[in-house]
Amino acid sequence: MTDSRLRISENDGITVVEFVDRNILDEANIQAINEEITAVIEQAHTPKLLISFSNVDHLSSAALGALITINNKIREKTGQLHLANIDPQIYEVFVITRLNKLFNIHDTTDEAHAAFAG
Amino acid sequence: MSDPQTHIEGATVTELVHDRKQISMLIDQILDQAESQSYGSSALFAVRLAIEEAITNAFEHGHEKLDPSTPIHVEYAVSEHTIEIAIEDQGPGFLPSDLPDPTLQENLSKPSGRGVMLMQAYMTDVHFNDTGNRVKLRYIRPSES
Repeated sequence: MTDSRLRISENDGITVVEFVDRNILDEANIQAINEEITAVIEQAHTPKLLISFSNVDHLSSAALGALITINNKIREKTGQLHLANIDPQIYEVFVITRLNKLFNIHDTTDEAHAAFAG
Repeated sequence: MSDPQTHIEGATVTELVHDRKQISMLIDQILDQAESQSYGSSALFAVRLAIEEAITNAFEHGHEKLDPSTPIHVEYAVSEHTIEIAIEDQGPGFLPSDLPDPTLQENLSKPSGRGVMLMQAYMTDVHFNDTGNRVKLRYIRPSES
């Protein structure tokens, strides 16, 4: 069994996901991350996910692709996804790709927590 | 004769197999050279991102139908004003102009198709050869204002 690349915790019905790695670039790791978060989504009736990027220095378009897949799966279950703590250089990647329009992005995890409805 | 648009003068030339450790070592080597030439953190971020995208494209798309052990060809040169990297795969190539714009509303929820646009956004210029199996990334140090 491979080690998890994620730290997952529960807080007031919200699943908080943090990354172990500073760089989310490796295809195999991204695939593993995608599968692990998908399992969390599948277990929940109406998933509420907060993904924190506090540790993350670099991510690739493949990582963005995994986030989009996760977002699509959460929407299928009428759940909610919020992102937080994104480094300014990485936020720029979201802006360039216009994915800042697709995702709910917050400066801090506290702000992201407060943004969950219901 | 190499394509003039994607040629790099005086480049270090190497082969790279699809192995994460080797990929990371090569990128670190290029970035170490850039750092020793006093390129700043935004340049290093941009160059790392663009190389990662080009290498991923080469292996995931270029070599999709080839033996997984097939290497790609990498050339690079770091100078005081310019960082140049060329990545060539052994696949059939593609036409960059055929790629849909990933920033259009109808494409925002698609999980793939952002690699080339990120390279173009972060590099000063990006050139493909006519076959579309070789890309040259060029970062020019911004002039100090």
